[in-house]
Amino acid sequence: MAATTEQRAEPLPPRGSTAWGRLKRNSLAVVGLAIVVVIVALALAAPILPLADPNITEPADRLMPPFSEGAWLGTDQLGRDMLSRLVWGARVSIAVGVAATLVAALIGSTIGLIAAYFGRITDNVLMRGVDMLMAFPYLLLALAIVAALGPGLINALLAIAVVNIPFFARSVRGATLGLVNREFIEAARLSGFSDTRIILSELLPNVLPVIVITMSTTVGWMILETAGLSFLGLGAQPPQADLGSMLGDGRGLVMTAPHVSVVPGVLILILVIGINLLGDGLRDVLDPRLKSGALSRPVARTEVAPGPPSGSGDKGALLEVTGLETEFRVGRRVLKAVNGVDFTLQPGESLGIVGESGSGKSVTAMSILGLVPTPPGIISKGAIRFQGTDLLRLPLRDLQDIRGNRISYIFQDPLTTLNPLLRVGDQVEETLIRHQGLSSRAAMAQAVELLNAVGLPDPRTKARAFPHELSGGQRQRVVIAMALANRPDLIIADEPTTALDVTTQARVLDLLNDLRRQTGAALIFITHDLGVVSELCERVLVMYAGRVVESGPVDAVFNQPRHPYTAALLACVPVLGEPDRSLAAIPGLPPAVDDLPRGCAFADRCPLVLPDCRAREILLARSGEGRRSRCIRWQEVGHG
Amino acid sequence: MLGYALRRLALTVPVLFGISVIVFLVISLIPGDPATAILGAFATPDNVERIRRELGLDQPLPLQYVTWLSGVLEGDLGRSYSLNRPVVDEVLDRFGPTLILAGAALFLCSVFGLVAGVVSAVRQYGWADKVITVAVLVGISTPSFFLGIMLILWFSVGLGWFPTGGMYALFGDGSIRELLWHLTLPATALAVVATGVVARLTRANMLEVLRQDYVRTARAKGLREGRVIFRHAFLNALVNIVPIIGIQAGFVLGGAVYIESVFQWPGIGRMLVTAISTRDILLVQGGVLVVAASFVLINLVTDLIQVALDPRLRRG
Repeated sequence: MAATTEQRAEPLPPRGSTAWGRLKRNSLAVVGLAIVVVIVALALAAPILPLADPNITEPADRLMPPFSEGAWLGTDQLGRDMLSRLVWGARVSIAVGVAATLVAALIGSTIGLIAAYFGRITDNVLMRGVDMLMAFPYLLLALAIVAALGPGLINALLAIAVVNIPFFARSVRGATLGLVNREFIEAARLSGFSDTRIILSELLPNVLPVIVITMSTTVGWMILETAGLSFLGLGAQPPQADLGSMLGDGRGLVMTAPHVSVVPGVLILILVIGINLLGDGLRDVLDPRLKSGALSRPVARTEVAPGPPSGSGDKGALLEVTGLETEFRVGRRVLKAVNGVDFTLQPGESLGIVGESGSGKSVTAMSILGLVPTPPGIISKGAIRFQGTDLLRLPLRDLQDIRGNRISYIFQDPLTTLNPLLRVGDQVEETLIRHQGLSSRAAMAQAVELLNAVGLPDPRTKARAFPHELSGGQRQRVVIAMALANRPDLIIADEPTTALDVTTQARVLDLLNDLRRQTGAALIFITHDLGVVSELCERVLVMYAGRVVESGPVDAVFNQPRHPYTAALLACVPVLGEPDRSLAAIPGLPPAVDDLPRGCAFADRCPLVLPDCRAREILLARSGEGRRSRCIRWQEVGHG
Repeated sequence: MLGYALRRLALTVPVLFGISVIVFLVISLIPGDPATAILGAFATPDNVERIRRELGLDQPLPLQYVTWLSGVLEGDLGRSYSLNRPVVDEVLDRFGPTLILAGAALFLCSVFGLVAGVVSAVRQYGWADKVITVAVLVGISTPSFFLGIMLILWFSVGLGWFPTGGMYALFGDGSIRELLWHLTLPATALAVVATGVVARLTRANMLEVLRQDYVRTARAKGLREGRVIFRHAFLNALVNIVPIIGIQAGFVLGGAVYIESVFQWPGIGRMLVTAISTRDILLVQGGVLVVAASFVLINLVTDLIQVALDPRLRRG
């Protein structure tokens, strides 16, 4: 689970921020707000502004171009002042758009609240009706209503309001459904409150943000659509004019006097842009979950901070990790998930990495092939040499040649690691084609063989199955087949059985172990299950707060831990035949990785802590044959 | 898959039924006497009496509906009083041009919306993402009728590249090439808002999918980034985007009303505007019914495409 939570680290909202504060920080929303405020203020102030009368015609001054004297924006075909008409037209358009929004919000929210509160038949009848409205192309229903009621601004307003009712009904119903079974509603019912009172005083205030969000996202359309109906001559009737009818009047003159249509068109565009910017900002503030595209996607490989290429170390080693530091940069916080890890792996060797959630074991493993998600992950220091090449400095294309070929991964949850849309055989085949250049036919034959080797019954049929048609254990067998497909030199298994039930776990582990031995691949096995490590691995690394705290041969480390943390982990393992043994949970929590202490990170939870432990950094020092420990009192561990 | 398709097809029946009820009820929204409203104030009493009988206005509402629906099912949508010809003939004549226009716009918005959304997500925070985000914002805020006028101003009047309107040239050869030449500007104007919506939702869906474990698996297999993006991420995002494109079909069919008016496109949209001005209610009813029914069928198709993409949806 460690990997999952660390990968999903998202920027936290700054503490203590108000909605207004957050809105202000969104510069686009502020621009939108400014646009809307200016236009609305002008429209509201129209009667007191020193403007010409918008309806006074002056045939002598018709179609004056913009920037003429006495008419900044020119005049229209009847010699009316465009600026004045624009301000008055905006007033009408905004009023009608806002009124339509209010009508739609009122009726739609009422339907949504009633449907969700009463449920059952009421809900069914109301929402099926709403579905019917949604089944129409949006504007056509409005046209049908205008057709029946007759052209006119009020009728256009009503028509646009009606077609927007479903958006309010649906979102308000959804929000209310989440509330109707909560305790406070139950309490209000038991206190004998009437249904009306519960809806108005208990439910409505809680769904108000949803209504506001829906209003802010629909008001722009409604202004556009009412203007559109006026443009078609179905809304505002002369002499009354809104922006749409001005545009409609001007379109016949587009060749001789384009300003008559361009001016109102541009104003609609700017107004709606402003409203949409503000609406997006409001939505982000009021409902961060809806924030579209707020999530970062990981890029093809983990970003590596620039640094000098590392010299070669142990020539015979398969993998040599030195001074690896991987961190997550979240806003101003830097989470040091891996904080200086060194280890070496010989060909064919099996290494276990154990530690609590958040100890950095998964991030260490994913750093090897650059699979730590960036953003926010970044490998800030260190070297990872595989067969002598530094993987961190390798071009992406060369790294891709190693991924899935010389080094392969088995991830934790087989439900999510397989692509749900592709047949499992194709997913195995893909890696064969990629790295061995096999033809599709040869690759499929080999994929079936691999599925057979991992013990899938009837592999030929199973190859054509989709992941959701297989059990968890079967899926993980597919993942193992994929990992083994190109006979890798190193397999990295990251808690491969955690998501499986216990009996399946044992079988999958046996399979993994057998196949690894047959192919002679080295193994890095990440787990918090110490029992599995002692079965599968020769050596073990114990990690804590991003660092290795102890390493050595599995038997030696587990029989005689030389770090208090290892000892504490071992004390948590139940032992068969010793039912009286108390399971000691480790008191306290690991330190936050953005605020690591200078001294030993385990000091706060350690029974052997001395003042010295906190005073300086504790180094990983030799603690026996092939063993190292990051503890100054390692000789006393396990003796009292 | 076939079983699912049949079940899904069966589900459209109640929807079509509901649509027919709403379209039928539109007439009862007419204030005053519908027969007079339909025929105008100067209609002869004979004609008024005739349309009363035709509409069955003397009968109770449910019975009127049944009479009307059985007519519809036999292809009888009544008679247009402004055009003096059967509504069904006029609607069918006008339906083709609208389908061509809306289809072209839907094609444009799918292609450009998907490409822009994918590029924007893959290059998140890069300059391409910023440019696309701004373009999308302007696009979804654009009144299509205004954009249509601007396109005519620049590309027809100014540059002379495209005709100012119509579907074919007055003395043209009626070829596909000529049609495409006339189609370019109106389809573009009609597609802009929908392109913005598709791009925005494609970006959001791609960002979500690119974070999934199976994309990490694809990268861990050593697949090239292009294959990771398209075969593993994009296909999964598409499952959620296809219905969104279906919804855009509704906006495009509605928006066609503006664009057909601006470009004098001989489709149902322009017919409806004229029909509303002349208060030819039966023509409006027929046009709306046919377009709404075609929208239901489009949504059926997008649903089937979605299920074809995602095997998990085929059960139940």
